[in-house]
Amino acid sequence: MLREQRDSIETLQADVGRALHEFGYGEACTFAVRLALEEALVNGFRHGNKGDASKSVTVRCHVDAGLMQLEVQDEGEGFNPETVPDPTAEENIEIPSGRGIMLMRAYMTSVEYVPPGNCLRITYRREEGPRA
Amino acid sequence: MSAQGPIRISTEPECTRVEFTEKHVIDEVVIRQIGNELTKLVDASPRPRLVVSFTGVEHLSSAALGTLLTVMNRVRAKDGQLRLCDIAPQILQIFEITKLNKVLRIEKDLAAAKASLGGAA
Repeated sequence: MLREQRDSIETLQADVGRALHEFGYGEACTFAVRLALEEALVNGFRHGNKGDASKSVTVRCHVDAGLMQLEVQDEGEGFNPETVPDPTAEENIEIPSGRGIMLMRAYMTSVEYVPPGNCLRITYRREEGPRA
Repeated sequence: MSAQGPIRISTEPECTRVEFTEKHVIDEVVIRQIGNELTKLVDASPRPRLVVSFTGVEHLSSAALGTLLTVMNRVRAKDGQLRLCDIAPQILQIFEITKLNKVLRIEKDLAAAKASLGGAA
């Protein structure tokens, strides 16, 4: 369980990075996972928990030789990711927010919101790498 | 040259150059600070000419992209110019995925960024 503190987020990032390294994942994967985890945590704290410092985000991580899977669960009510507008559409391209989910989807093999939408499951399968 | 936390600002004849002092531009608090400092820079100039160098930057979050867009809009509102340069391939890919490479003007390096600036300083 994490509070929104940079130190604890960095410790988690380092732990995940170490696990990836131990299983021989390369730099591209480490970069992608770091980016996805950062975006997932920010979404959990900012949108899920609505910035409430008394709330936490729970992260579960599994790494083996074939895949890395993260579950990032906040204490919010959940949301439907389909309601997030396409940030690359002409009418949205200059809007400063709304690119986190897109980046996660681009770099990860799969990104799923587990109902009711407050748990994000992101999976990176080996050899697939950044797909965008 | 003045050191101001997460960014370093240098005033040059052709432009104001901004560099990041951290290799990870991902912390929301730091990104807000960067945004505030860049806003001050833009507001202080009648027609800003800003070159943001990404030398040494290894990670960038979507929040940082948002800040760059906000700065771009402020620069544009003052009929100024903004260039990004020295972007590592993995960071450039983030701009490409989000298609922000079509909105933000990206140059290969500082020399190219300076050369691309038009009009009087």
